[in-house]
Amino acid sequence: MSELTTWSAARIAEAVRAREVKAEEVAEAHLKRIRTEDPRVRAFVRVLAEDALEMAREVDAKVAEGKDPGRLAGVPIAIKDNMNIRGVETTCSSRILEGYKAPYDATVIERLRLAGAVFLGKTNMDEFAMGSSTENSAFFATKNPWDLERVPGGSSGGSAAAVASRMAPVALGSDTGGSIRQPAAFCGVAGLKPTYGLVSRYGLVAFASSLDQIGPLARTIDDAALVLSVISGFDPLDSTSAPTPARAYKPDPSAIKGLTLGLPKECFSGGVDAETAEAVLAAVKVYESLGAKVREVSLPNSKYAVSTYYLLAPSEASANLARFDGMRYGFSAVREGGDGLSLLEAYEKTRGEGFGPEVKRRIMLGTYALSSGYYDAYYGKAQRVRTLIKRDFDEAFKQVDLLVTPTAPTPPFKLGEKVSDPLQMYLGDVFTIPCNIAGIAGMSVPCGLSRAGLPLGLQLLSRPFEEAALLSAARAYEAARPFPVLAEPA
Amino acid sequence: MIDEKLVRQVARLARLQLSDDEVARFKDQLGHILETMDELKQVDTGGVPATSHVLGLTDVLREDVARPFAHREDLLAGAPRREGPYFKVPRVIE
Repeated sequence: MSELTTWSAARIAEAVRAREVKAEEVAEAHLKRIRTEDPRVRAFVRVLAEDALEMAREVDAKVAEGKDPGRLAGVPIAIKDNMNIRGVETTCSSRILEGYKAPYDATVIERLRLAGAVFLGKTNMDEFAMGSSTENSAFFATKNPWDLERVPGGSSGGSAAAVASRMAPVALGSDTGGSIRQPAAFCGVAGLKPTYGLVSRYGLVAFASSLDQIGPLARTIDDAALVLSVISGFDPLDSTSAPTPARAYKPDPSAIKGLTLGLPKECFSGGVDAETAEAVLAAVKVYESLGAKVREVSLPNSKYAVSTYYLLAPSEASANLARFDGMRYGFSAVREGGDGLSLLEAYEKTRGEGFGPEVKRRIMLGTYALSSGYYDAYYGKAQRVRTLIKRDFDEAFKQVDLLVTPTAPTPPFKLGEKVSDPLQMYLGDVFTIPCNIAGIAGMSVPCGLSRAGLPLGLQLLSRPFEEAALLSAARAYEAARPFPVLAEPA
Repeated sequence: MIDEKLVRQVARLARLQLSDDEVARFKDQLGHILETMDELKQVDTGGVPATSHVLGLTDVLREDVARPFAHREDLLAGAPRREGPYFKVPRVIE
């Protein structure tokens, strides 16, 4: 049943529960797909073939015994390699975590397990989620399945590429400044960054703790909603977890009628690829035809978002990544026979050899921004501008229900095109970053292909905790304009 | 403004060993990036508070109760040096 890899997660779970298909067959079909497709796409850093089949057989056993196998019964899922699965390596695509086996499950992993999901493997990413192309992986670059000469986006590029090329129906990514939404847009799938605090970060390797959120990537909006329903909700193990109970998200396409969509004028005034802007404005027309009202709004401080983000995120990262000292796990200069090293030498050598160039660059930037004498001018200033950016959204959401922007200013770019110019790479995050800075919810929805056949993405933003409205609006668009489907490779 | 001496100082604070090539590259790149970020200086933030938490959660506390971790050996398994149930590290105080 090779077509099993075209099934949605919702359909798989339903069929497994109804005994129409075995979870083991579903897992086998996806593992087979990985064996044929992944040598080209390179989405996975680790495939958990044995474990996946074992988990699938457990689901089948539950079904056979008449027990509830869970809402994601037998649904294969790919996990970004910065989330802990007990007993499995978590590397964040970094050399410094070489050999680190997670001693516990992340909360999202525990919840997926209880729901009957099957972990296919860990996906490639920019090292420590720092990047927008997955080229910063210490292992290899992932390719965009729509055009193997182009990047899949990042940092969750492996997860997006795995879902797009049907190696997994759904995946988890993490999003600090666009790392779920931009690869989703580049790979022609849906990607949701939930409101800060909606999904527990326990067991997610921290990059920038005030910005990081875990969320789903999927080929259908209902699948994104299904995964969000399983992973969201309060977790006492994450002190930044919002005190909101778990809920079932059921996207309702008719809810778009009567909503007001806001177009931030700053997002359409130059600096955007013409085809991308055209596709997004065409999508807005579709929304109007479905009964939505549209008005222009302004986010005057959003133009400072990239500078604000690239001070705040590296500052937080420089503190979070201080834990990688080579004393307890992973790559270590001490392990490499550094018997005569002093403590300081051991730290510097471990970190100097263990981290890649982008991670070092950001640690340097953050350490500088937090250092005595510069703190107020850089970190302190950025935290105040953050407040202004957030206030812009508060004002805009008094006038409109959702905001619509492009997800990325361009279609997917070529491998190698931006690697030598970090600032150019950073500027590509201009539309996704403000959402993390303000802590609101955002989603990328596929909105057609460029003339060259490359996926384009539309970004929807909502008030905090209005994921239901976001998913309903995304579903309405999907119902009106079905998402492009990747053709089988020739 | 960013010279090689400053790059080396920051690298020392960050406990990062950098090659001479890296020092030269970071001097240029960090200088270039910070120049762009200097745009924030034009923003009037007088009287604007810093965002400490986007949702306004404060002082999330829990009972201070010890919970034994079930897999202690797993935590120690990755250590480059250990002695019994302890991580062994280079001498900290000379």
